[in-house]
Amino acid sequence: MPVHDVIIVGGGGAGLRAAIAVAEENPNFSVAMVSKVYPMRSHTVSAEGGAAAVIKDNDSLDDHFRDTVGGSDWLADQDAVELFVKEAPNEMIQLEHWGCPWSREPNGKVAVRPFGGMKIERTWFAADKTGFHMLHTLYQTSLKYGNITPYDEWFATNILVEDGRCQGITALELRTGNVEAIAAKAVIICTGGAGRVFPFTTNGAIKTGDGMALAYRAGVALKDMEFVQYHPTGLPGTGILITEAARGEGGILVNKEGYRYLQDYDLGKPLDVSHPDHPVKKSMELGPRDRLSQAFIKEVEKGRTFTGEFGDYVHLDVRHLGEKKINKKIPFVRELASKYVGIDPVYYPIPVRPVAHYFMGGIDTDNDGATTLPGLFAAGEVACVSINGANRLGSNSLTELLVFGARAGRSASRFAAEHTEAKMDSLQKQGADEQTKIKNNFIGKQGGTERIADLRQEMTKAMETGAGIYRSENSLKDTCNTLAEIRGRFSNIIIEDRSLTFNTELVSALELDFMIDVAQAIAHSALARTESRGSHQRTDFTNRNDKEFLKHSLALRTPDGPKIEYKDVVITSWPPEERVYGR
Amino acid sequence: MTERTMELEVLRYRPEQDQKPSFQTYVIPFKQEWVVLDAINYIKDNIDGSLSYRWSCRMGVCGSCGMMVNGIPKLTCAAFLKDYYPAKVRVEPLNGFPIQRDLVIVMDDFITKLEEIKPWIIRKEGEEKSLEEGEYLQTPAELAAYKQYSMCINCMLCYAACPVYCIDNSFIGPAAIALAQRYNMDSRDQGREIRQEVIASNEGVWECTFVGECSRVCPKNVDPAAAIQRGKVSGTIDYFKSVIIPWGGRRK
Amino acid sequence: MKSYVRRYPNTWWLNKSSYFFFMVREFTSIFVAGYCVFLVYFIYKLSQGPDAYYALIEALKSPLSIALHVIVFIFAVYHSITWFKLTPKIMILRIGEEQIPSFLISGANFFAWVVVSAILAWIISVV
Repeated sequence: MPVHDVIIVGGGGAGLRAAIAVAEENPNFSVAMVSKVYPMRSHTVSAEGGAAAVIKDNDSLDDHFRDTVGGSDWLADQDAVELFVKEAPNEMIQLEHWGCPWSREPNGKVAVRPFGGMKIERTWFAADKTGFHMLHTLYQTSLKYGNITPYDEWFATNILVEDGRCQGITALELRTGNVEAIAAKAVIICTGGAGRVFPFTTNGAIKTGDGMALAYRAGVALKDMEFVQYHPTGLPGTGILITEAARGEGGILVNKEGYRYLQDYDLGKPLDVSHPDHPVKKSMELGPRDRLSQAFIKEVEKGRTFTGEFGDYVHLDVRHLGEKKINKKIPFVRELASKYVGIDPVYYPIPVRPVAHYFMGGIDTDNDGATTLPGLFAAGEVACVSINGANRLGSNSLTELLVFGARAGRSASRFAAEHTEAKMDSLQKQGADEQTKIKNNFIGKQGGTERIADLRQEMTKAMETGAGIYRSENSLKDTCNTLAEIRGRFSNIIIEDRSLTFNTELVSALELDFMIDVAQAIAHSALARTESRGSHQRTDFTNRNDKEFLKHSLALRTPDGPKIEYKDVVITSWPPEERVYGR
Repeated sequence: MTERTMELEVLRYRPEQDQKPSFQTYVIPFKQEWVVLDAINYIKDNIDGSLSYRWSCRMGVCGSCGMMVNGIPKLTCAAFLKDYYPAKVRVEPLNGFPIQRDLVIVMDDFITKLEEIKPWIIRKEGEEKSLEEGEYLQTPAELAAYKQYSMCINCMLCYAACPVYCIDNSFIGPAAIALAQRYNMDSRDQGREIRQEVIASNEGVWECTFVGECSRVCPKNVDPAAAIQRGKVSGTIDYFKSVIIPWGGRRK
Repeated sequence: MKSYVRRYPNTWWLNKSSYFFFMVREFTSIFVAGYCVFLVYFIYKLSQGPDAYYALIEALKSPLSIALHVIVFIFAVYHSITWFKLTPKIMILRIGEEQIPSFLISGANFFAWVVVSAILAWIISVV
């Protein structure tokens, strides 16, 4: 049985940053990097717009703090946001030192661009493939460290708990079909979000909430799960992301009447695109994502959107930027639109609609990435510290990977240094049990009546219908019931692939198993929160209710589904106010 | 209206039961907006759950879904069915790599080669900038010098296209050399001589016979062929410098 | 688990036109190299005195020699054309952020080739 000092599950931005942090903090430590895909395939790669950090003279940590807290609709923990904005610049400079190809000003300094919900521009960018460059920089830099052992294409199936402490994981080696226990004194989960519980998402196939379910099953609470961010501009049908940077550079959103409809939704007044102050920050198209997505739904209800083969959509118009600027600043947008909807944005507006994109909620952690289970840590989208609260500002999450990936790495490293190794026999036995369980319930499974893909589709449909951008008690109750039913039917799935070699059907089944848990946490948390805040909008409770709900929801696993508890939001310097954009 | 269909001929290989790979044909619906990856997903979801393959982002940036489509290495998320319809489409795993299972190749060799060229910023002893000093300055022109080579998504289509690599796996290969050049030409890097030891070796740039197919199939216009030829030029100049200026030659 | 290594066919260069023309290019280089060796021989004959030299010139007027020369000439031209088309891959020139387009690099090389050839042809005709 392999033994390491620290295991990191998930090889994306947060996982790699954490691994480097452990390797540097403690060069004698052995770090296992367990990822179900080769790290450069991690979904960080698809992030486009940029990463925010204060470096320009006209900016301040306080401004970044206020933009983030306001953007979160006051659900962010302010002590966490304080340290986030403070550590962000150094983390970003560190990444630059490691070779990240940030776009530059003519004098050679790093350039920044405007982004949604931010009063002052502070979003660093690498053309419009920021996530790609950050991930590759982190992955390539991680290859420098001889004490990081890659477990590429190993799928984590369970967390090992012994003596009330997390002491490792069990994982399935895709190549051989073997399930093994891997022991460690600390485990950091960095597996990302769960966009795939929704039918239309910017997220790739691998975003199935594995780590969230793992922690949930180990007794750790999932915090603020009801807050799911819909990105306002995804391509209809595929859900492929069209970056917010297109709006940061001046792109506008118009309905079928050619009208910039956001002005009807308390997001400010539009300036003409040729006006030198356009785009106005924190106004109109640079408002926060939740408000923009909600405005779209309202436009649909008014019948003012286009209707196409893949549902309703509006237009994102960047024609006025001109070919030169588009090729320089948002070339990937041009490539994606041309390829996937046959539109060249230099000449035509791009059809867009909101698609499920990011999870503000996740594994409940403190400011150092520690969970309530000693030895278990989490960072990145999978975690909820919370700095994003009820709505995340664009370009904060890439920075979050670095800041909290590093913090979790260091704190996990310290924990591992202070603790001794576990009883290997017991862990090994848990590993053997897991192997048997997977063999019996999955690979060796006979019969069954449910196709995995069909069950998955029913789940995503229930989530979109009942737990989409606008929710109500009835819609959520229906979804909760459907999910409970799907949970029951899961034991009847058909497995056709009996092979032990790279059995992706087995992986799909394990992922669906995890997704049902995550979906239930979302739906039940949403049902319990009888207010509207940020990205959680209830048609039956339309106002923000600070008196009862200035709290984080905590979804805890029980045999009958999630039970929801609450804990207070940490307010330090800025008590809740009205959330204002465009005024 | 009857649904239009087309056929996909897919190479299968199950190590536990197959001695060697064989083709299996599936009939799938034809949809105007579908890519080959959509068709493969359809097969797995509805017809044959045992088909194994890699995929993730479906937007051409993660590099997972590279396969041979009608004998040409392509990202299956970017190969549109409408460009083949109504003819049959043949899907096979990438050339040049051992087949693990169905459309999944063993990419260990590729990872080894990426690591070999030391793909990280190398600074000379004592010349590392501290975080307090801020970012290394890099003008837009300096960024443009290596930017193209930094766009590689590690999809390995170039390895599948390269006859040299397919015949002899000891060749370091297009993507690895392009990545080495990405760092060599980065104004912040000082490790060119260290990397030259690897890429100017016999298994490095000198294995390349400039077929140029790698650059033709690259979905991101990285142009690895150019990176390799420039490596040959710089390798040659290094050699002559070391001969003509023996004392001022290589520094470690 | 046992992985399967597929044999790469020896006829790989027949599978795609770009592979085929690559092989043609490589094939022509044999002839270009061969003719360089011949030119060395030619100079050697020149050093042997007027009789040996003129004997060689007479031999070169045979139909077989002329046919060979035509073939080698075609191959040499093909080889040169492919060479100059590929030069932009080797000579990457930038002005600030912009890269000088390939057709300008190739074009400049072709132009220089034509000019040098014309000058040489003129020298030969005059001498």
